[in-house]
Amino acid sequence: MAMEFPVIAKLLEGRFPEAVKGAVTDKGDPWIEAAADSVPEVLEFLKEEEGLKFDLLLMVTGVDRPDAEGGGSIEVVYHLLSTTEGHELVLKAVLPRENPVCPSAVPIYPAALWHERETFDLLGVEFTGHPDLRRILCPEDWVGHPLRKDYEYPEEYGGISAK
Amino acid sequence: MGPQNLPVQPAAPGVLLTTLDEALDWARRGSIWPMTFGLACCAIEMMCAGAPHFDLDRYGAGAFRPSPRQADLMIVAGTVTFKMAPVIKRLYEQVPDPKWVIAMGACACRGGPYYRHGYHVVKGVDRIVPVDVYLPGCPPRPEALLDAVMALQAKMDRMKTFSAGKPGPAGEPAGAGKEKEA
Amino acid sequence: MSAMEGMEKIDPGGTEAVADVRTQEMFINMGPQHPSTHGVLRVLLTADGEVISSAKPYVGYIHRCAEKIGETLTLEQFTPYTDRYDYLSAMNNNLGYCMAVEKLCGIEAPERAQYIRVIVAELNRIASHLVAFGTYGLDLGAFTPFCYAFRDREWILSLFERLCGARLTYNYVCIGGVRHDLPEGFLEGTRNFCDHMEKTWKEYDTLLSRNAIFVRRTAGIGVVSAEEARAWGFTGPCLRGSGVAYDVRRARPYLVYDKLDFDIPVGRGEAGVQGDCWDRYYVRMLEILESIKIVRQCLDVLPGGDVKAKVSKALKAPEKEVYLGVENPRGELGHYIVGGGGKNAYRMRIRGPSFANLTILGKLLEGAMIADAVAIIGSLDIVLGEVDR
Ligand code: SF4
Repeated sequence: MAMEFPVIAKLLEGRFPEAVKGAVTDKGDPWIEAAADSVPEVLEFLKEEEGLKFDLLLMVTGVDRPDAEGGGSIEVVYHLLSTTEGHELVLKAVLPRENPVCPSAVPIYPAALWHERETFDLLGVEFTGHPDLRRILCPEDWVGHPLRKDYEYPEEYGGISAK
Repeated sequence: MGPQNLPVQPAAPGVLLTTLDEALDWARRGSIWPMTFGLACCAIEMMCAGAPHFDLDRYGAGAFRPSPRQADLMIVAGTVTFKMAPVIKRLYEQVPDPKWVIAMGACACRGGPYYRHGYHVVKGVDRIVPVDVYLPGCPPRPEALLDAVMALQAKMDRMKTFSAGKPGPAGEPAGAGKEKEA
Repeated sequence: MSAMEGMEKIDPGGTEAVADVRTQEMFINMGPQHPSTHGVLRVLLTADGEVISSAKPYVGYIHRCAEKIGETLTLEQFTPYTDRYDYLSAMNNNLGYCMAVEKLCGIEAPERAQYIRVIVAELNRIASHLVAFGTYGLDLGAFTPFCYAFRDREWILSLFERLCGARLTYNYVCIGGVRHDLPEGFLEGTRNFCDHMEKTWKEYDTLLSRNAIFVRRTAGIGVVSAEEARAWGFTGPCLRGSGVAYDVRRARPYLVYDKLDFDIPVGRGEAGVQGDCWDRYYVRMLEILESIKIVRQCLDVLPGGDVKAKVSKALKAPEKEVYLGVENPRGELGHYIVGGGGKNAYRMRIRGPSFANLTILGKLLEGAMIADAVAIIGSLDIVLGEVDR
């Protein structure tokens, strides 16, 4: 049976009173914000708990917000889905923009393997515990993280002009 | 069956006279071996051109080879990126002379839709390898590719390897310079 | 694994004789220019004889910065770019993107447009599966399926050409509906195509699906269990090939799919083991039939009326976040759009199903025979444009 978002949110808040920082429901798709360190725990719970069973990680991505208070932030966003129960959930962790570090979700969802590499490549988020954190789309020696808001297009790469 | 489009003079019954240049150009034009080399969306149209409906083989250019060493035409069909650029250069160098390049699609010509904001896109394959025929379109229709092949054949017809001196440097067949001036 | 049994018989000296022969692992670089990688995928294989001991896929060779472009151009301007990430199913991409924007901005497409969208999306699904069928045959050494599939695909392309003037990059579905109404003769042409396709499907089936060589090369190869499939983020035919009957069109219905009657084919291990290459291939084949069924139903009940809702010329993305997934021929195509109040999206993430389906490749190839690598990659049916975006 598909669970409604408020029910899931309450369940999570009850289980992780410290880690879960709240639910946002007034901005399009609702999401739950969790502390970065506890992301693996929360994901594990979401995956295993009877009735929740989020068995499919759709994607991991990031949003760069240089204007957020406290020197800017980067949000890491997890989209989860349950193929058996039929519900979806968005989970977020907010990291400081200066030093975005987040524990990897790969041990729980192997599907995160490439998604996290991409987030590292394009946004510069470091996932601790990731088995193979390298750039995935851009070449290894690419400079900068293209999806950061202050990214400047390169002048040249490998001796080829890029303008 | 007599050779078609080959300027010949009948000398005696059963004997045809032509110049070595013309015979060579004619032979080259009728046996182009493109390399199977698809990069992006345009590659699908290249496949369509090779498939029965359009049948590139009718123009003597349908022997798609998976290895650059067996090919003499490189159809760059799709977007060239910085990550791919060294590979393209290497592949081009592996093609034996004389060799030709068709830049298929807006992307291969000039970066196409990714010209402005595609930080990872090379703005035209001619920044890496010399190009003989530019074929714009996004994607060009298979018929357009046939047309490009025919344009290339017309170019091959003017190579005149012997009378124009030695073959030029890699990728610049002798006689190609003349055409550029024209 | 029949191939392995054969190997043991061939080895006359047994392991003891081999023990003092110095052996070395071999590196094989497959791609990025390789006829069977369906684009510019590079896989670095380490092989111990004929068996792959490890495989490392490299992607990014056509990373075309779609997400950055999506954040820079206006919402309306980005539609043509959506054609280009999965270029074999451009209609479905248009649809996924436009519906996500509609969800963000609170627009609803008129009913006629919804039906037209379903028709074109399903036709495109057939076209895409035809390419998958043809190229998979090609990978495994059969040329005829390719000829057949491309012949029939032309039919769909010419229908689309009448619709919007393009063969591959349509830009037909737009925010608020579809660009313009169906041209004359389209409905009839589509009906004829459906009849034709249904007939030739049987030919296809006998040509490849039950071909002894084909079955030997795909059955029991590249097995992904249902559990693994979910854990590795499979969607679409790959997930269903492993026996999980999950289809976005059914689980989270959009457009008018909830009014339509269709089945969700799943892999049953008919030829070998559930979740093998053959199952994934056959799910696609069966989906062609389902799509025909859907198209026919839509043609029967196609309502009249407008095909495009009124959309402001200066469409702004409100400060909201939405995610919308649609069922593409390759799996769930999701758009995660964050609005920032401007005309462009603040953040646009595209979840390409091929990207997620390919993640498992390294693990799947481990322990497989080199000759099977091609069969395994082909069965995932990836489009590199979507992997790299
Ligand atoms: S020119 Fe257009 S169709 Fe061709 S590769 Fe570039 S974007 Fe794709």
